[in-house]
Amino acid sequence: MEQILHFTVNGEAASVRARADWSLLRVLREGLGLTGAKEGCGAGECGACTVLVDGAAVNSCLFPALEVAGRRVVTIEGLAAPDGRLHPIQQAFVDHGAVQCGYCTPGMVLSAKALLDRSPEPDAGAIQTALAGNICRCTGYTQIIGAVQAAAKTLREVPHG
Amino acid sequence: MADLCTVGKAIPKADASEKVVGRTVYIHDLVVPGMLHGRILYSERVNARIVAIDVSEAERVPGVKAVLTGDNTPEIRFGFLKDNTALKKGRVRQYRDEVAAVAATTPEAAAEALGKIRVTYEDLPAVFSPAEALAEGAPRLHETDAKGKPVKDNRLRLPWKVEAGDLAAGEAASAFVAEGEYDTGWVTHCCLGTSGVIASFDTKDNLTVHSNTQIPSLAKNDFLEALKAMGVKGRVRVVNAAVGGGFGSKLDTYAYEYIAILLAHRTRRPVKIVFQREEEFVATSPRQPTRIRIRQGCDREGRLTFRDISMVLDNGAYTSWGATTPTVMMMPSTSLYRVPNVRFHATCVYTNNTYAQAMRGYGTPQVTFAIESNLDELAEKAGLDPYELRLRNANQAGEVTPQGFRPKTCGHRECLEEVARRLNWAAAKARPRSTGRKARGVGLACLMHVGGGAKIYKSDGCGTVIKMDDQGRVDVFSGSMDIGQGLDTVLRQVVAETLGLSTEHVNLVIGDTDVCPWDVGVHASRSTFVAGNSALAAARTVRDQILAFAEEVLEAPREILSLAGGQVVCREDPSKNTPLEKLLRKAHYAASGNTMFMAAEFFEPQTNLLAGDFKGDFSASYVWGCHGVEVEVDTETGHVEILKYIAAHDVGKAINPMLLKGQIYGAGLMGVGYALTEEMIYQEGRLKNPNFRDYKILTAADAIPVEPVLVETDDPAGPFGAKGIGEPGLVPTAPAIANAIYDAVGVRLSALPMKPEAVLEAILARKTGER
Repeated sequence: MEQILHFTVNGEAASVRARADWSLLRVLREGLGLTGAKEGCGAGECGACTVLVDGAAVNSCLFPALEVAGRRVVTIEGLAAPDGRLHPIQQAFVDHGAVQCGYCTPGMVLSAKALLDRSPEPDAGAIQTALAGNICRCTGYTQIIGAVQAAAKTLREVPHG
Repeated sequence: MADLCTVGKAIPKADASEKVVGRTVYIHDLVVPGMLHGRILYSERVNARIVAIDVSEAERVPGVKAVLTGDNTPEIRFGFLKDNTALKKGRVRQYRDEVAAVAATTPEAAAEALGKIRVTYEDLPAVFSPAEALAEGAPRLHETDAKGKPVKDNRLRLPWKVEAGDLAAGEAASAFVAEGEYDTGWVTHCCLGTSGVIASFDTKDNLTVHSNTQIPSLAKNDFLEALKAMGVKGRVRVVNAAVGGGFGSKLDTYAYEYIAILLAHRTRRPVKIVFQREEEFVATSPRQPTRIRIRQGCDREGRLTFRDISMVLDNGAYTSWGATTPTVMMMPSTSLYRVPNVRFHATCVYTNNTYAQAMRGYGTPQVTFAIESNLDELAEKAGLDPYELRLRNANQAGEVTPQGFRPKTCGHRECLEEVARRLNWAAAKARPRSTGRKARGVGLACLMHVGGGAKIYKSDGCGTVIKMDDQGRVDVFSGSMDIGQGLDTVLRQVVAETLGLSTEHVNLVIGDTDVCPWDVGVHASRSTFVAGNSALAAARTVRDQILAFAEEVLEAPREILSLAGGQVVCREDPSKNTPLEKLLRKAHYAASGNTMFMAAEFFEPQTNLLAGDFKGDFSASYVWGCHGVEVEVDTETGHVEILKYIAAHDVGKAINPMLLKGQIYGAGLMGVGYALTEEMIYQEGRLKNPNFRDYKILTAADAIPVEPVLVETDDPAGPFGAKGIGEPGLVPTAPAIANAIYDAVGVRLSALPMKPEAVLEAILARKTGER
């Protein structure tokens, strides 16, 4: 059974044909060509597929496609400014060595964004908790946590959309 | 080296900005026009004869373009001993054996077809441990070797033995001897990006393989051999997508890659196979389990007298690089600390378990767990402080180790001292053992590893081609590969430094065998050293070409010319300074003798192939390190918390301190997982926990406060003094923690992982023993 889904992706209206049993991840990757969200496990365990739905970080591999109708989705492709300038969280990941193989990075950045949107001054423990659903095998998380702290500081100084 | 501009700087990883915007293309993201989706049917039995396979129903599923089995395809043999085949014919030996494969227009059709293949098996008796496999009358995994020669038992015919000095004399000179047995189990890489491939043939039977391999050049050779077995005459190109993590998992070719090739050839369409997570757990090859026996001794002054190690490795049903890890385990066995009389012997045994491969550290985490745990036991027997014992026997530059290694630089002692100082070792050791619920303790352990390549293959080399364009920019083609570790950035820094450019002006092309020179692969922590030296040599050649031309054009002697800041700089006459691009155009568009500046260099470390008696200098440089840890053990739950973690490493020279620390942080946490939580649970050959819920890798919530200490020893053989550092960070983690647990609660954990239940059991057993 296919349906046409209407929702907002990265600020733009989208209409996509999707099967009832599809996940949001599949709609994004195959329906819209937004391959920044990755499948790492397909079971909601690794967080590589994290996107924001109405501002909350969700595992898009578990999120039923049909439930996205009428909602606002932000993927990693929608985070940088229209002129290509990186979002402060993205820039901090680059500057602080938080990226190695990069497969977890889009999900990690979006989980960090969901955290900083609701909690602009998190301590290290809060960052660790917020990112606990995003597995990274390369970095040991230290530089990721450092990047999120640095991004939080930048965002407090220069508020960003 | 005070005036370095680029080398030594914390420059962000070159591909990080693409990765943070989600634009980097991994194999999972790659779509080739006309592409089919391939899926593999794995064995439902652990050891059985295949009586019949019925694919007729599967073939009728709409969208299915091919169903292959061992019966309707040519045999493709692969692996270190060529004892594995792409699709199994007549016999399966492990649950992950590939029995059939499907290519279909959609993943759903492929999955549906898999479910309709009917396989009839006839079970055979199986063996699930080396002990069972070596028992009298045990069923044999293989009746013959790859050449058809009958084999008499399940022992692999591999000569993993090295001996130096006089073991008996060493033992006789010992005042104290410690012996022990240590067990390490299966753990796996858990790359976030699963394995995958797209194979496609053109009309002339030329094969393109989109891959995520760590070994583009060797994979190309493997695939060429497969074409030969298929009777196909085409050529092979391996093109890498971005690699979503390696850690050794992609150091060998796998059956799924050959199956994609077979499917693509049968259907004449591109075929993509990408592993799902469970498949990644089950069908890639983990670190091999070991049971290690060790004896070592020291004299009254605490000088090591001898070390004797023997081990048995569970090889699984087929042979990949896992079986060769003893060649690297020999290194710390014979040469970590100055110990004059040594013996090492390893036996690899076929079983019906999963077959093992390379994983970060290549055997050294297992053997170092035994050596360094046992060294603490020896220290206790000798009444010596474990730190003092280690310091007394620390390696030194200029020594020749019993195995014949000749380290030119050595930061062993400095690493030990850094750890002891930062851990307040003396004060911490003087603390009385706690009698309360929570007990604190400190422990340390050292490592030795190759830092200048490792000649375990006929060539340990890497090629680089460099060309300058007319705008003062440079294209570098390297045989090496970035798998997330930062090779992409380090090579840019090396070339930029040599040519006086900024890293933005260096374009790097890697991972395409059609344009990149040969390289043995990303392994043995060799890439910064070997690919770095290769890039350095090529860059120097280009620099010399440019300066020779500048000498003529600027009419200034060569000795006062150099490249810096994108210019040819004349030391004595700044008016002659010339932008590089101007000079390059002058050379290119000269009225006569037009010149483009290009260079090709192949760097082969001048080292000895490790073979025969396994003696000789098999790496151009060696690294040392010391990890110190403070733990708190909950004596009621067995939970071990890490309070402090110091990781001191002899790195030669940190070409990029930020990326280098990333290797230490990442390896450190992977090592903590190896020590405390990670375990593939196999029951009669079946993996019981093939997912991230039940296989416990550490999350951000478990991140530990690793404090890296970079000890720079400036190795004359390394590019700008650098040594390799990719693997060492997890090598001494488990014994450092085991030693700290012992210090805290007085129990010796001799098996990994040291899960809370194991720690608790040991604590309870000790209490019972005391009563």
